[in-house]
Amino acid sequence: MPASSDLRVDAVIRYDEPTAAVPVVRSTRTPWYVMLAAILLAALVVAPVLVVFGQATSAGSAEASRLLFRPRTAELLRNTLLLVALTVPVTVLLGCGAAWLVERTTLPGPGIWRTLLLTPLAIPAFVSSYAWTSMLPSVQGLGGAVFVTALAYYPFVFLPVAALLRALDQGHLDAARSLGLTGLGAMLRVVVPLQRPAVAGGALLVALHLLAEFGVLQMMQYPTFTTAILQQFAVGFSNAAGSLLAAVLVVLCLGFLVVEVPLRGHARIARLGPGSGQRPVAHRLGAWTVPALAALAALVGLAVMVPAAIVVRWLARAISSGAVEAGPLLAATGSSIGLSVLAGLAATLAALPGAWLLHRYPSRLAAVLERVTYVASALPGVVIGLALVTLAVQWARPVYQTAALAVTAYTVLFLPRAMVAWRSGLAAAPTELIEASRSLGVSGLGTFARVVLPLVLPSALTGFVLVFLATVTELTATLLLAPTGTETLATAFWSASDELDYVASAPYAAAMIALSAPLTLLLRRQILDQR
Amino acid sequence: MRRRTFLTGLGALGTMGLVGCGSSKSDGEYVADPGSLQVYSAQHENLTKAWVEAFTAATGIKVQIRKGNDASMGHQIVAEGSASPADVFLTENSPAMTLVERNKLLAPLEEETRRQVPANLTPSSKAWTAIAARSTVLVYNPSKLPKADLPKSLMDLAAPEWKDRWGCAPGGADFQAIVAGMLAGQGEQKTKDWLGGLKTNARALQNNIATMKSVNAGELPCGVIYHYYWYRDQAGTKEGSGNTALHYFRNQDPGAFVSLSGGAVLAGSKKPAEARKFLAYVTSKAGQQVLVDSQSMEYAVGTGVTSTPALPPLNTLQAPPVDPFTLNSDKVTTLMTDAGIL
Repeated sequence: MPASSDLRVDAVIRYDEPTAAVPVVRSTRTPWYVMLAAILLAALVVAPVLVVFGQATSAGSAEASRLLFRPRTAELLRNTLLLVALTVPVTVLLGCGAAWLVERTTLPGPGIWRTLLLTPLAIPAFVSSYAWTSMLPSVQGLGGAVFVTALAYYPFVFLPVAALLRALDQGHLDAARSLGLTGLGAMLRVVVPLQRPAVAGGALLVALHLLAEFGVLQMMQYPTFTTAILQQFAVGFSNAAGSLLAAVLVVLCLGFLVVEVPLRGHARIARLGPGSGQRPVAHRLGAWTVPALAALAALVGLAVMVPAAIVVRWLARAISSGAVEAGPLLAATGSSIGLSVLAGLAATLAALPGAWLLHRYPSRLAAVLERVTYVASALPGVVIGLALVTLAVQWARPVYQTAALAVTAYTVLFLPRAMVAWRSGLAAAPTELIEASRSLGVSGLGTFARVVLPLVLPSALTGFVLVFLATVTELTATLLLAPTGTETLATAFWSASDELDYVASAPYAAAMIALSAPLTLLLRRQILDQR
Repeated sequence: MRRRTFLTGLGALGTMGLVGCGSSKSDGEYVADPGSLQVYSAQHENLTKAWVEAFTAATGIKVQIRKGNDASMGHQIVAEGSASPADVFLTENSPAMTLVERNKLLAPLEEETRRQVPANLTPSSKAWTAIAARSTVLVYNPSKLPKADLPKSLMDLAAPEWKDRWGCAPGGADFQAIVAGMLAGQGEQKTKDWLGGLKTNARALQNNIATMKSVNAGELPCGVIYHYYWYRDQAGTKEGSGNTALHYFRNQDPGAFVSLSGGAVLAGSKKPAEARKFLAYVTSKAGQQVLVDSQSMEYAVGTGVTSTPALPPLNTLQAPPVDPFTLNSDKVTTLMTDAGIL
């Protein structure tokens, strides 16, 4: 790898872009191995989608349309869309309301509330659904599903909105007020447009999670595409009927991704003039302090405290009745941790070529490869699982029923988490250091290993942990792909709670919460980092 | 400081990796031990284990169990084809077995083994044998559904007056076996109509236990399940069945369907002699007594073995005469898909 030519190009481009805050190092020559790796990984991520469509049409178009255009599909479509239409607005309301109270008012103890409001992320939705149904069997159907999923998923809206509100510049509001707008007017004209991308992004995340949700809806006896696909798999393996439903789910998913773009808006609000932004002035709550505190307490109580308390109660019963078997619990914890470590490592490694490409050799192709990763990873676990079963049984029999296949699914599903972490890490590695290293004659790979890697490893570790935690509570792909005889915490919990054995499920639920709890602290940093 | 945090993180990562790899190897993924007989079992785990332990104690032959459920394990064996490591296949219901049989993956059964089970409990094809049996029942809540108002036939439940008044678990292999029995006995049209009635009238629950518990809680007046869920709960805490009673349809009604759990040797078995020995043991008096003692509450099918006394004897149930070989799971799946149930 001759380093000099790269450097010459870099220098020219740098002089061409004197205003760029961070000089972007571009190269006309992308290392072929990085490009190849990135392309192969993008292909791996897209393969499941192609397989699902292939399998769906395998029975011929007449059979496919017979299976597709039937009342059941309409029923599932209606159920799925109704769930999304009801839950998403509730999460937006809860997320934005809570974020405003915490970041923009004189609410006492914002630091504590910020943490508490994120804790629902530590309790898998199917665990809180189990907790509620075990105490109140009437929490069921659409109502129950909206109740449980809204409480479980509002942090997806809260997190980005709180981060943006925290970064809000009071100068914008002051300017609006000085131009004659009322307080409310300033809010509507300045704050709301600024929040649009955060709200739209959060709502999209909630919608995608709802499409993928299985555990909660099965417990609530509310059939959607995902539950119907798993049911078809149970009776017919990877047949055309199941794959067709999966294909519809893929289309829905892509539809949401497209709809989100205009909702996000194109408004860009920038600061002009010298100085740094001002911290926003907090709204005085006054007499509203107590109701606000009560509302937040109720939210956290319903979303976290009550489900956690119920799990603890069942756990206590399990321990006192001697129903906790250490052997299976340890085995499940072991396979969960084992699979999650492998998934974390695989996804972290797999995300590197793409992130590296974007960082060092930005091009249209690199951007497309990155987008592709995101789109495919927005697909529900059940679709990826079904596709990989089909793929393995038809073309790669030896990997069928191996942990490798499950790890592949996790990698496809959680790649963006690792990608985001790498990108923020690479952004922190100044290009000057890379150039210095290259100018000292160190090769591209050598520079990566000796200069870049030590600087970005903390971020990579964050990515690893995010993938690890997501894998611990992954249920649907695991149900389809875990090698027979391997129980993870999620599947062991599921088989016990599916038989409504609340006592036997409790230890697994508690173990998942214990493993997931650190996620909250990790994400809390993301809000704080905004300042 | 930052460096130290990072190093601690790396250390933790390394430890987790080690722990993870270690444990995933120890319990982990299925690797067929060439020294052991491979039993693919969709039967209840406890019962399979009890059989295997008693068999190994009696013969010294080592056995490895691969656990699964009826439909996916049946399809898995078909997918694995002749390369399947399976020597023996045990099911909960017969449709999964006939799926494998129709793919010509079963070895013919020995005369002696077949003779350990009454002739009416073996399929005409003689490719596999019953190893246990379970009966369809209607579990009902007498406070919501007086005994006098009980339906005379399972077919009645499709009538308009039963709208929203019963439940079942149509997604499971258990219920699909019942429908397969109906299809064999009543023909396609009647089954189709009945499934249409099910779609409008019944609440679909996730499994038999959920069905029984809903009836027990009074949410539904009655539900269609297999008998042993009820008897197991009755033998235990009665938490899920204390408010309920069982109704047997009898009279060769489709609702009196008795489902057979099957056992077979696979044509591709690398240990055919041991595999045949295993099935011979499971259907023998000793093997069937293991089933009775396991408290699984399933019916024993071996000649000369009495099932758990709590159960009404199998020959008093007046089950409809059905050749288990004719049970067609794929057709049932199609009919249920067409009816909008799946």
